[in-house]
Amino acid sequence: MTTTNLAQSALETASNPLLNTAIFTVFVVVTLAIVVRVNRRRTATTGDFYTAGSAFSGRQNGIAISGDYLSAASFLGIAGAIALNGYDGFLYSIGFLVAWLVALLLVAELLRNTGRYTMGDVLAFRMRQKPVRAAAATSTLVVSFFYLLAQMAGAGGLVALLLNVTSGFGQAVVIAIVGVLMIAYVLIGGMRGTTWVQIIKAVLLIAGALLMTLWVLALVGFNFSGLLGEAVANSSKLGEQLLNPGNQYKNPIDFISLSLALVLGTAGLPHILMRFYTVPTAQEARRSVSWAVALIGLFYLFTLVLGYGAAALVGADVIRSAPGAANSAAPLLAAHLGGTLLLGLISAVAFATILAVVAGLTITASASFAHDIYTNVLKSGEASPQQEVKVARMTAVVIGVLAIVGGILANGQNVAFLVALAFAVAASANLPTILYSLFWKRFNTTGAQWSIYGGLISTIVLIVFSPVVSGKPVDPATGKSASMLQGVDFHWFPLDNPGIVSIPLSFLLGYLGTVLSSRRDPADPQKYAEMEVRSLTGVGVEKAVTH
Amino acid sequence: MSTPLGRSEAAGPPTGAPDWEKAQAEPEFQELRRRLRSFVFPVSGLFLAWYLLYVLLSVYAPDFMSTKIGGNFNIGLLMGLLQFVTTFAITWWYVRWANRRFDPLARSIREELEQR
Repeated sequence: MTTTNLAQSALETASNPLLNTAIFTVFVVVTLAIVVRVNRRRTATTGDFYTAGSAFSGRQNGIAISGDYLSAASFLGIAGAIALNGYDGFLYSIGFLVAWLVALLLVAELLRNTGRYTMGDVLAFRMRQKPVRAAAATSTLVVSFFYLLAQMAGAGGLVALLLNVTSGFGQAVVIAIVGVLMIAYVLIGGMRGTTWVQIIKAVLLIAGALLMTLWVLALVGFNFSGLLGEAVANSSKLGEQLLNPGNQYKNPIDFISLSLALVLGTAGLPHILMRFYTVPTAQEARRSVSWAVALIGLFYLFTLVLGYGAAALVGADVIRSAPGAANSAAPLLAAHLGGTLLLGLISAVAFATILAVVAGLTITASASFAHDIYTNVLKSGEASPQQEVKVARMTAVVIGVLAIVGGILANGQNVAFLVALAFAVAASANLPTILYSLFWKRFNTTGAQWSIYGGLISTIVLIVFSPVVSGKPVDPATGKSASMLQGVDFHWFPLDNPGIVSIPLSFLLGYLGTVLSSRRDPADPQKYAEMEVRSLTGVGVEKAVTH
Repeated sequence: MSTPLGRSEAAGPPTGAPDWEKAQAEPEFQELRRRLRSFVFPVSGLFLAWYLLYVLLSVYAPDFMSTKIGGNFNIGLLMGLLQFVTTFAITWWYVRWANRRFDPLARSIREELEQR
């Protein structure tokens, strides 16, 4: 029996699509019931729809943040990367964790005190409403849509893996189901419902990972060094090298660039920023982030054990040849440990993960469009809250449909780079603008436009002309290039990740735009005084943005 | 917005806008601002430098990171786990600092402003 057959049979014999679907259906029914229940009061006001009346506690929000942040890519992707490439997968998760310190120290509390619903609120506090809101909404929509597309396309691959749905049509149906459920959660539940879905998912995901981690450790007598030894012994390709850096990332500059985007991007992701508005005060925002740091940190420690555990118990060769390759490491490990039932549970958790993340992205994008573009740019602040919520709901449907269509079109394409792209845009366009806006007195409208559009455009241009889109050498084994497009080569930017260029560029543009326009577009010192006093003391928090 | 949102201090009626520039110039506020900036900026620089050092060592000094330090553990794994430790520790340190050194002063300034 070849390893390919071995791997396929390992998943096929253990996987029971009927059981997996049943467990997943239970999750959907239970969460929908909860979403309906917590929203028996109608969500007609903007505050209710966007931020659940800012009534969540710091602990609830911290758990929801972990649910929003830990995507299927974190779970399946990082465990798989550690199983196959060893140490480099671990490096990736560290960037995702350390990034939370930027949010904790520099962003969360001040943002909570100066905004109300969107990132645009913070920027518009002391600048000209229309241009900065338009810029903030553009960047929010771009980041959210890229991230959403990556999740939806990933759902197709996950289904192929976990439910043995191999036909393109079957996968398209599942992507559509994910999209429809996502729209339903957002329309029925608004932010309150979405938050509860994220809380439930976070608990399931972390509990599932904890269970598997303890199980793996128990099998090796809680001897982690012994586990590493078995992983090395079972990795015919890498051997000892599995424990050392340098297997996945060959170009040092490229990896540094990626690391910068990961560590600076998190605090600029719009769906994460919006979560800080669901708590009433800066203290609760602080508590949210400390809970998130603890949960996310623990989770990444679990993935370290799961990754090396999969290498030791399942074996790198079996994982590599399984459908879904690296992504199948965690499911294969689940099947090895607990057979059909555990595989079914872990599969359902992976689906729940996708659902919770896409729902959070959808509500963020629809809030940004309705609140920033519709109410404040198109209607000059004259729309009623009822009208605004109506527009937000319609936007959620449009975004959902676009995500379904985009997800089906991108299914099977190599779109994993979209997540890195979303982080790069967040780090380049959003973070510099937020930091300048909170901490730099002279920062003005022109500077904000330059840093947002400059960061956004430079990131996208550099990605389009990078090797992830075209021009990677053809792999003789598969006959395909690792780039998204096959058979063409128009790349001139040498790196996969643009952060090392676009992040400093955006900081520079924000500075230059401000300095060069300071005569005709001076910052308003009175508004800065108000913003600074409000952001640090939290005075009149709920009245911060009463335009 | 007609409905007060959440349990916040803003539930009462507005009592006229404070003079923000005056409030900003108050010595207590300047002290609050100084405390915040002199904590968060250096600590941010510190953890970013420490993270960057780790990344640079991983990509430019793989041999050093591969040095065994006992069993199958190597320096790279140790340094990676230390990143977790420092992240948890800085979070704990900041929360403790904010509760003790920042919140009481911020609260007294806020209460004074809201009484005006």
